[in-house]
Amino acid sequence: MTGTLTLDHLTITLGPRRLVALTLSIKAGEVATIMGPSGSGKSTALAAITGTLAAEFTRTGRILLNGKDISEEPTRRRGIGLMFQDPVLFPHLSVGGNLAFALPTHVRGRAARQARIEEALASAGLKGHADRDPATLSGGQKARVALLRTLLAEPSALLLDEPFSRLDADLRAQIRAFTFDRARQAGIPTLLVTHDAEDARAAGGPVLSPLGETLPL
Amino acid sequence: MDDPHRTGLDRPLRGGAVRQAGRGSLLRLAPPLTLALMILPVLAGLAGTVIPAFRNAGAGVASLFAWPGLPRAAALSLGTGLASTLIALALTLLILAAFAGTPTFARIRRSLAPLLSVPHAAAALGLAFLIAPSGWIARLLSPEVTGWQSPPDLLILNDPWGLSLTLGLITKELPFLLLMALAALPQLDADRRLTTAASLGYGRIAGFTFTLLPDLYRQLRLPTYAVLAYGMTTVDMALILGPTLPPTLATQITLWMGEASLTMRDTAAAAALLQLALAISAITIWRITEILVQNLLVRAAFQAPRLPNLDRPAAAAARAASLVITGSLTLGLAGLALWSVAGLWQFPDAVPQSLTLRTWVSAAPALGQTTATTLAIAATATLAALILTLACLQAEATLNLTPTTRALTLLYLPLLIPQIAFLPGLQMLTLPLGIDGTPAAVAAIHLVFVLPYVFLSLSGPFRAWDSRIATAAATLGASETRIFWRLRLPMLAGPLLTSAAVGMAVSIGQYLPTLLIGGGRVETLTTEAVALSSGGNRRLIGAYAALQLLLPALAFGLAIAAPLLLWRNRRLMRGLA
Repeated sequence: MTGTLTLDHLTITLGPRRLVALTLSIKAGEVATIMGPSGSGKSTALAAITGTLAAEFTRTGRILLNGKDISEEPTRRRGIGLMFQDPVLFPHLSVGGNLAFALPTHVRGRAARQARIEEALASAGLKGHADRDPATLSGGQKARVALLRTLLAEPSALLLDEPFSRLDADLRAQIRAFTFDRARQAGIPTLLVTHDAEDARAAGGPVLSPLGETLPL
Repeated sequence: MDDPHRTGLDRPLRGGAVRQAGRGSLLRLAPPLTLALMILPVLAGLAGTVIPAFRNAGAGVASLFAWPGLPRAAALSLGTGLASTLIALALTLLILAAFAGTPTFARIRRSLAPLLSVPHAAAALGLAFLIAPSGWIARLLSPEVTGWQSPPDLLILNDPWGLSLTLGLITKELPFLLLMALAALPQLDADRRLTTAASLGYGRIAGFTFTLLPDLYRQLRLPTYAVLAYGMTTVDMALILGPTLPPTLATQITLWMGEASLTMRDTAAAAALLQLALAISAITIWRITEILVQNLLVRAAFQAPRLPNLDRPAAAAARAASLVITGSLTLGLAGLALWSVAGLWQFPDAVPQSLTLRTWVSAAPALGQTTATTLAIAATATLAALILTLACLQAEATLNLTPTTRALTLLYLPLLIPQIAFLPGLQMLTLPLGIDGTPAAVAAIHLVFVLPYVFLSLSGPFRAWDSRIATAAATLGASETRIFWRLRLPMLAGPLLTSAAVGMAVSIGQYLPTLLIGGGRVETLTTEAVALSSGGNRRLIGAYAALQLLLPALAFGLAIAAPLLLWRNRRLMRGLA
């Protein structure tokens, strides 16, 4: 059961309307996709998994991470990393400050933490960018910093909420490949939410609708 | 369901916060505690006013009605309050209608915004120095135009009709109403409404009146009532600009409260209740007028008059009004500062013969002491207000509490109930407790008036904060506490400092609470400036009033400069894309 994100009859309803009905197991290094048009409930599923579902929704079923039921855990203790449509970098912190915010406390000592940050930046072609203002980065650089930040927190699973939809066409393929590579390297289960079949194909895993139908590509 | 506002992906940590039971339950107490701190003094003060008014078989009431000045004092209160509010609101709407969305508007806004931080007493003193028979205007026109070689014997200041008081109130309240309206406009999608109206052939004035005014006024209603209640009952402005024989009712109550005889306090208490009734009546009259005007508007809108010819004269009038208001206040304040460094300055000279720092040097010890007291009280009240406001807003954000309209109205209560109606009662209650007359007691009562303004100025930016930041941080493992201190608070540093400056300005400007709860033993720049105003030492008045201006200006300057310095390497935080 290690390295597995399992949705066990996860059902979300809003009033009489059923938005999500998913049973799915994602293995470490695998990227599964939930695909559907706007308004189909994809992001609602993600909100349930991160623990930020608004009060008006009703959830039943379980969310298991490495065999442990996390359905009732608060967001910060779920160990689930999240990438938004936008990078959502903290605008008042430097690039290095953004990464340091995510770095777990078990990396002790200023020098050790700084080294981890430098190493992460260098691995993404951002060597020497630690002191930069995030607002001065290019769109592709921001996306990479956001992913580095998410992964530095050492999550046990990764959720991607249409993270490529705001990128220009030429950047899109590049950032997508970078993201999937990193997720596989990290050896954690990844769940992608998208309305773009191209994204789903590149993910290479199973593709489901929010209501659990397997979608052909 | 991709809209994050629907799905709740943007919501910070519902489950997470509820689980932190200890802190959560403390935070939960913040909103009721804050409301109690604001409302209990008002209620206690009102109760403390009712008792003395009716004891001894209603001796207080009897002596009040035996006072021959009563009808005129009451009429002055109603008249100056209603007239100043009506004119200030009309001019505010005129300026908005004529210029909203134009470059001229940005100019008017920039010139009026700083005037908001000017304490009422300083504004009144500045105006007095300007329009008095021996004031700057008379000096500039004399002797060439007027032929006056000495100040004429004209009752311009303290005129029996309260005209100069009304003028003073308008100059102070117009910037306030305008800025409140500005805060409301973006939520109303003003630009698109006005463009739609224009594309249907409406003139600016008609377009504004029919498409924006009703929704805009709904948001301006409470501020307008606060202005009305204040205008009817101001004491510091009335002492400087208002009539004297009889003075306005609120001024007379203050004079009675200052007398040693206890029987006069009963009279004052009875008068305070009458003042409250007058304020409630005025707000009721106002509300009825609102309904009538609204019906008229709806009827007029059906006829769809485009009224394009109104635009040009309206623009001219709006320009003139804002010029007169900015000009008179700015000139008046410059006059105050000039007097404080004036050597010999004889009538009708337009400027002093020499400049000297003698006034400042000789008054330095007293000025320093008074400034220190003023700052200490303002800083204490502001800090407490900021902490309470942040606790309330954080409780609202993390515990999913929704603020009700009723809570918002309660927040306005200390601004709607005239100070003169409950402060006398509160003073009589604090006397036996032995806490009156201390700076701490003054700071505590200032909190009641500082808090609403701090809350109103901070709640907008706090609620508008991008809560995806909190969600992102929570998925990185950050606790609610860490998100608050490391992300939310630093990111809101700018609005936080602005709210602090607003709080300081409000506290520094308080006259009546300082006078009554301070028992005359706590001297701030404002109480000193007003006390000096009845004497003739213009140089000393100038020095006190100049400091009264300077402190809020410094606070606002700091609130603007500090974020620029702090975020010099953070483009997004400086509002740059």
